[in-house]
Amino acid sequence: MSDKEEFSKETIDYLSKLALLDLTEEEKVKLSKQLRDIISYFKKLNDLDTSNVKPTTHAIEGLKNVFREDIPWKSLSNEDALKNAEHKKDGYFKAPRILKE
Amino acid sequence: MSSKYEDVIIGLEVHIQLTNLKTKLFCSCNNDYRGKEPNTHVCPICLGLPGSLPVVNKNAVEFATRLALALGCDINKSFWFFRKNYFYPDMAKNFQISQYNKAGGRAFADGGKITIKLNSKKKELQLNRIHLEEDPARLVHKGSIATSPYALVDYNRSGVTLIEIVSDPVMNSPEEAREYLKQLKSIVQYTEISDLDLDGSCRVDANISIKGHARSEVKNINSFKEVERALKWEIQRQKNLLKRGKELIQETRHWDDKRRVTIGLRTKEFEKDYRYFPEQDLVPIEITKDFIDQVKKKLPEMPNARAKRFQKDYQLSEFDSEILVLDKDIADFYENGVKSEKSFGPDEYKQYCNWLMGDISRWLNDNNNVIKETKLTPKQLVDLIKLINEGKITGKIAKTFVNEMMKGTPILEIVKKSGKSRIADKDKIIKVVKEVLEENPDIVNDYQKNPKALEALIGKCMKKTDGRLDPEITKRLMQKHITEISAKNSSED
Ligand SMILES: [Zn+2]
Repeated sequence: MSDKEEFSKETIDYLSKLALLDLTEEEKVKLSKQLRDIISYFKKLNDLDTSNVKPTTHAIEGLKNVFREDIPWKSLSNEDALKNAEHKKDGYFKAPRILKE
Repeated sequence: MSSKYEDVIIGLEVHIQLTNLKTKLFCSCNNDYRGKEPNTHVCPICLGLPGSLPVVNKNAVEFATRLALALGCDINKSFWFFRKNYFYPDMAKNFQISQYNKAGGRAFADGGKITIKLNSKKKELQLNRIHLEEDPARLVHKGSIATSPYALVDYNRSGVTLIEIVSDPVMNSPEEAREYLKQLKSIVQYTEISDLDLDGSCRVDANISIKGHARSEVKNINSFKEVERALKWEIQRQKNLLKRGKELIQETRHWDDKRRVTIGLRTKEFEKDYRYFPEQDLVPIEITKDFIDQVKKKLPEMPNARAKRFQKDYQLSEFDSEILVLDKDIADFYENGVKSEKSFGPDEYKQYCNWLMGDISRWLNDNNNVIKETKLTPKQLVDLIKLINEGKITGKIAKTFVNEMMKGTPILEIVKKSGKSRIADKDKIIKVVKEVLEENPDIVNDYQKNPKALEALIGKCMKKTDGRLDPEITKRLMQKHITEISAKNSSED
């Protein structure tokens, strides 16, 4: 797949829809270029032969099974929970209606 | 099985909340969110605030292990969590922490099976996998989703532990799906990881197709009871389209439990859109054989094994045993009862089972209740059966006691209060019989042509005495007296 194809207008439209972002035409052009640059930068990794390297899934190797006991703590008060929310109503966070469509 | 469904293929994804945990999956907020004020069981972790870090609940891993063992799955020795990215206000982080069995990831456990019995035929239904994930928040809409101007979000449920149980596409009818869920519910109850009678504690997505055609995924079936109904509707919809010569498309549909129809969602969510990748804020989990052995030791006897033991210990039929063990609370009640009375033998074991599965279960059903919420004690049922067998009350009268028994009233007190002890005194019964014969000459006449009239006369006797007459003695005496009268009548003719 060529870079051009990867960041066609369709791709940007598709990505912005997935991310629920309303982008202007101007922003789309700008972001297309930036994303293409980032992708080609990462493509340098393809120059290395990694066929014998186990994929890294976690940055800190060897650490495992970090658990906590099943004992409740004191949660935030409703007031604190909503303190930084711009939109709220009757103790709830208020979100735009989103129909998955 | 009905041939109506032989070309139907169903696979189920069941999400079960682990309601018996005390805290959520990745934070220590109280798990018990039901009926609580919105956004009061929340913290920086389950609100997805920047800088907060999740930590896995140890007991969630143990509970998942219990279920995996009970279902006969292969538990993976090592796995890690993934982020499933999507933008919807029910997840504050914009991703759900889940598991993924691709891209190097593994489920919690693979395989397993659930055995069902339908029309006395056994069938083993193969499972694909089970995995752990967090529950999203609850959205409240003013009016309907379609017209509501906004959504209100309550994050109390966000982060509660879910176990997803994915079956292979191996069910061939809505009835098989119903039996599958019945057995799954029973196994979950025995492992004591969740109370599936709680509202909203289980949700089902169903994949449905007609052999050779595209499948649809029906989402949002919010209770086990609704599944059979939703499946029947969706199968009918697909068959109708095919009948009219239309082709089916692969799609996601939504079960509307108010209108009881499935609705096509225009959404096309592809798996790649979720951008699954390993959750870097959580380290991998390793499950050792030692840990599994420890959990195994604590597991109670599972329903299948228990049914086999009931056949042996209480000489119950396979049919009775399998129904009796389905609900653990009922089965525990049964064993407490029959074991407490030394004089009980096979006859009483069967009687006790009949009472539990008959009148008591009917009462629970009619009153939408479960046995542990009533005051009925195993001893009350023991006393009741003893009184019946000693001839102190009739079985018919005993049935009228059920309401009072459920309130915990001791049997002897009920008998005393109702004054309904059995009448076995011959003279008393003869008096009633004679009265009835005198009052009903038409039925007596009828008896000549129709011997069944005898039952009608006995019924009249019972009615007069609130059913207290001993049925055997009454029948004998009635027969004797009516024969005498008939003989007299015919000699007079
Ligand atoms: Zn929390």
